Amino acid sequence: MSWWLERTMIIFCWICGFTLLAAITTILGYLLYQGLGSINLRLIFGNTSVVDALLLRKHVFAGLFPAMVGTVAVVTLSVGFAIPVGIAGGIYMAEYARGGVKAVLGFCFDILAGVPSVVIGLSGFALAIFLHRHFSAAIYPSLFISSLSLAVLVLPYIIRSTQFALESLPADTRRIAVALGATKLQNIVYVLIPRSLSAIFSGIILAIGRCAEDTAVIMLTGAVAFAGVPKSLFAQYEALPFYIYYISSQYANQQELLSGYGASLILMLICALLFFVASMTRKGVACQALYRT
Amino acid sequence: MANRLEKITEWILTLSALVSAFITVLIFVFLLIFGLPLLQGGQWFDLLASPWSPREGLYGIRPMLLGTVYISLLGMAFAFPLSFGCAALISVFAPRSFGGFLRKVVQLMTGIPTVVYGFVGIFLLVPMVREILQGGSGMCLLTASLMLSILISPTLILFFVDGFDRAPRSHLDAVAALGGNEMQQFIFVILPNAWSNVLSGIVLAFGRVLGDTLIALMIAGNAVQVPGSVLESARTLTAHVALVIAADYDSPEFKSIFACGITLYLFSAMMVVLIRSIGAISGRKKR
Repeated sequence: MSWWLERTMIIFCWICGFTLLAAITTILGYLLYQGLGSINLRLIFGNTSVVDALLLRKHVFAGLFPAMVGTVAVVTLSVGFAIPVGIAGGIYMAEYARGGVKAVLGFCFDILAGVPSVVIGLSGFALAIFLHRHFSAAIYPSLFISSLSLAVLVLPYIIRSTQFALESLPADTRRIAVALGATKLQNIVYVLIPRSLSAIFSGIILAIGRCAEDTAVIMLTGAVAFAGVPKSLFAQYEALPFYIYYISSQYANQQELLSGYGASLILMLICALLFFVASMTRKGVACQALYRT
Repeated sequence: MANRLEKITEWILTLSALVSAFITVLIFVFLLIFGLPLLQGGQWFDLLASPWSPREGLYGIRPMLLGTVYISLLGMAFAFPLSFGCAALISVFAPRSFGGFLRKVVQLMTGIPTVVYGFVGIFLLVPMVREILQGGSGMCLLTASLMLSILISPTLILFFVDGFDRAPRSHLDAVAALGGNEMQQFIFVILPNAWSNVLSGIVLAFGRVLGDTLIALMIAGNAVQVPGSVLESARTLTAHVALVIAADYDSPEFKSIFACGITLYLFSAMMVVLIRSIGAISGRKKR
């Protein structure tokens, strides 16, 4: 291979690296430059006093508070749905499923993980119409439908991360308790799960991040631009990512646009924070704090 | 007693796994039921092939289908060389410290919300494209695919790096012992070892681009037309679903979005099958 070709390839690689760094620095820098100035209590609470807003005594009109509450509510609910089913499914896949059943189930989860979020949102919407027609006229696209759809979105991630966490344990660890006379369930509860807890936990945190950032699902299943703090499970609600999308297309004045930058920055900080927690957990730092025996 | 507990637990675990797998099927069934009126009477292919003009009663999704394909292909065309270069830099050519730094940045990028990319795209990239290329509003195929390429690069890079790092140390040392340099190690040992990772990374990323909603919705302009150049506005299947959802529940427009949904579902399922067959083929080769 000629010397010149090698040089060109290496230079090309360096150009790629710096292009990527430049792109991401520009994106983050632009967001910080535009948004940092707008982040203050007024951005979040508008003209309402902080205490009144937190105690839900008064409505917050010109602030991000309802959207933040909505995001927290929808993420909590959906993760609440997805974690028990996901972890149970993951344990089944790793410890009980064998042969053909395991292959078929694994194929299903891979397909589910690949389904675009907008399609999951669409089926959530269809579910809402179906329930509205056949069960109760009170059911519309709402917080409940959104959190169910988001739970479906992250379910395959939780199952797979639990499964891989259990499967990657060394074979010795797997055999010791059984050799001492423990049953299969005892082995799972007292040995395998505690040993893989940090990996399972980091999978869950990544799933939370995915719930918090997803926009396509919630915009089809009940997130709206103005709803205030959600009052019931079957009410429409506001959410940060949807607010950002809404502002980008419908902003009326500079003030609103600035709050869009602020919201983007807040959402990004939340996601970055979750991401760091997840990577710290995988390194086992948080594991020791959680599971001290 | 203990035996019964074992049985009950196993039963619950099995049930959870079955329910989760059933949801995969259920989603498709829901789409089919709602799209059924369109599928009956062989209208399916008409729908995929015909244009969108509600005034003449045509609700074909061909413009959206082509829009999706164009945007995804162009996005991949930008993202692939960029990611390949970055991945080679991280795992082979860069000094360890810089490679590690770049890897951290790439990992962090996977956590940035899509809607934030879209937001910055509207207010930073769109005006830039408009000024530099003097092409209309700036909301066009090119802008959307540029932003998409940034969105999927981390996925591609992490997959490639994973493949590159898998080259056996002893083979690399053998090349070095014969007097080969880094580039020769890369071309003759690392690349042949990594092809299945590279391929499945590409397929996975392509699936993500096809399914991405927000970026195309926010910065591709959403005009219902088959784009004639990269500077023209386009609408993707995903954006179409998001835009039409507000319409009347019984209208034919509304039913057409289920055709979009079914198409997207089948596309993504196809990608999964592809990735699995790549994995199976490379696994057989290694044995």
